[in-house]
Amino acid sequence: MVIQSKRRRVLPGFGLSMGYTLIYLSFIVLIPIAVLFVKASTISFSEFWEIVTDKRVMDSYKLTFYTSFLAAVVNAIFGTLIAWVLVRYHFYGKRFVDALVDLPFALPTAVAGIALTAIYAPNGWIGQYFEEFGIKIAYTQIGIMIALTFIGFPFVVRSVQPVLQDLDRQYEEAAATLGASSSQIFFKIILPSIIPSVLTGFALAFARALGEYGSVVFIAGNMPMKTEIVPLLIITKLEQYDYSGAAVIAAVMLVISFLLLFLINFWQWRTARKHQVS
Amino acid sequence: MIAKEPLNVKRVGAGRIPLAPIRKWLLIGTALGFLGVFILIPLLVVFTEALKKGIELYFAALKDVDALAAIKLTLMTAAIVVPLNAIFGVIAAWAIAKFEFKGKNILITLIDIPFAVSPVIAGLVFVLLFGSQGVFGPFLETNNIKIIFSIPGIVLATIFVTFPFVVRELIPMMQEQGSEEEEAAITLGASGWQMFFRVTLPNMKWGLLYGLILCNARAMGEFGAVSVVSGHIRGLTNTVPLHVEILYNEYHFSAAFAVASLLALLALVTLVLKSLVEWKTRKNG
Repeated sequence: MVIQSKRRRVLPGFGLSMGYTLIYLSFIVLIPIAVLFVKASTISFSEFWEIVTDKRVMDSYKLTFYTSFLAAVVNAIFGTLIAWVLVRYHFYGKRFVDALVDLPFALPTAVAGIALTAIYAPNGWIGQYFEEFGIKIAYTQIGIMIALTFIGFPFVVRSVQPVLQDLDRQYEEAAATLGASSSQIFFKIILPSIIPSVLTGFALAFARALGEYGSVVFIAGNMPMKTEIVPLLIITKLEQYDYSGAAVIAAVMLVISFLLLFLINFWQWRTARKHQVS
Repeated sequence: MIAKEPLNVKRVGAGRIPLAPIRKWLLIGTALGFLGVFILIPLLVVFTEALKKGIELYFAALKDVDALAAIKLTLMTAAIVVPLNAIFGVIAAWAIAKFEFKGKNILITLIDIPFAVSPVIAGLVFVLLFGSQGVFGPFLETNNIKIIFSIPGIVLATIFVTFPFVVRELIPMMQEQGSEEEEAAITLGASGWQMFFRVTLPNMKWGLLYGLILCNARAMGEFGAVSVVSGHIRGLTNTVPLHVEILYNEYHFSAAFAVASLLALLALVTLVLKSLVEWKTRKNG
């Protein structure tokens, strides 16, 4: 195996580029992350447990997961719908719309945060109409969800869109010729082939939402146990110089994010392999 | 893509059902409605709120001393961070895309880590390393070096969050291109650098540009990570997004939106450039 790969290495620079990659990766990413886990593990397990099960911390974990999950579900539905419309239909200005879908990726989160707050505040562009019915959006959990929906939906659109584009139409045509209704075609033919990409987009949006700070912090209201998300709680702990508290809360969050990342990568690797085989 | 006959869904299901066009416009309407609420209105709000108190106050907010200092710091940070991550991106993509080795998938996953880390946690890890109570805290203090609540911390945190952008664009592209051209160049006697500048770099230029655009947008717009390490010292460690936050929290809404409109413009320019590059690569490919 070693001999074989050596023989194939006609190209220069493997050792050097690999060495540089590993060193830069270690110094910028791996060592700093490792320090976080070391810091979190310097305290005893009972102290760890005390920090994590504190009511304020637990409530903020619950809030973050709950709002991120719901936002990701909304994104999975609307993201797929937008991808569908962009791939299957032709309408004026489609390319413009397609380019704008990425705005949440390009717009700095702080700008998104203050803009969404201005829209959904009780006197805001949209908020005022809900205020009439006594519904508050900004400074509540609904506001958090709106911010998380904003930053997440391009993930779903951009995962589903290429798959939908490459989808072979002949099965749909065959089904239609055989008398299948359009909803049958969608649920029995199209959906099964795009569902992996929908789930990938969902997982990406979910993971992003769990860690989101800038777009949420302005609209959230930041009331402990009600609208305080985990990233904000970490900052609060830091400002109180409670470094181990911050590290523990962050470490738990990171483990969950890494599991998600691992799952996504594994999923993509598996679907890529399946495509290669067939 | 173009060669394929554009077979509309209309035709697939529509033979007997006149519902199809209604459904089509219903779906388009829902999608555009969603995008209108989540994309168009936020953009409009930024610019109308920015100009609400008149064009003079708009420019006054931008010409403010602290705003100018923030703009300078943001430009400087991007000027350091983007080249560093671009160089890393090219080198790492070369190692990963052109050679076979064990653990390649693990390495790619490790490179992706910053995307899975909350920006706040990205800032936190550098505070734990270089903060006053951090691992190197005492050492830095005795040598009078300041990293946290200072510019080096901002640069480090920004490098971390923008770390994967360039390399992620390059790896799949270079993998797809294969190594035949480079191998031919080497076999014909080209030196490593000749091969790189005449074959590899021209082949990767659009992917590289794409990565640079995304990396730059994030570097200039990063908020969470920078917020943790900056200390918010006006005129010294405030980047543009942090300046927006301070103005907003002090109820200078128009000024906050005025400065935010600069970042929104940056985002729009980023989208235009990105679309141009996508269009160019599609034409070439």
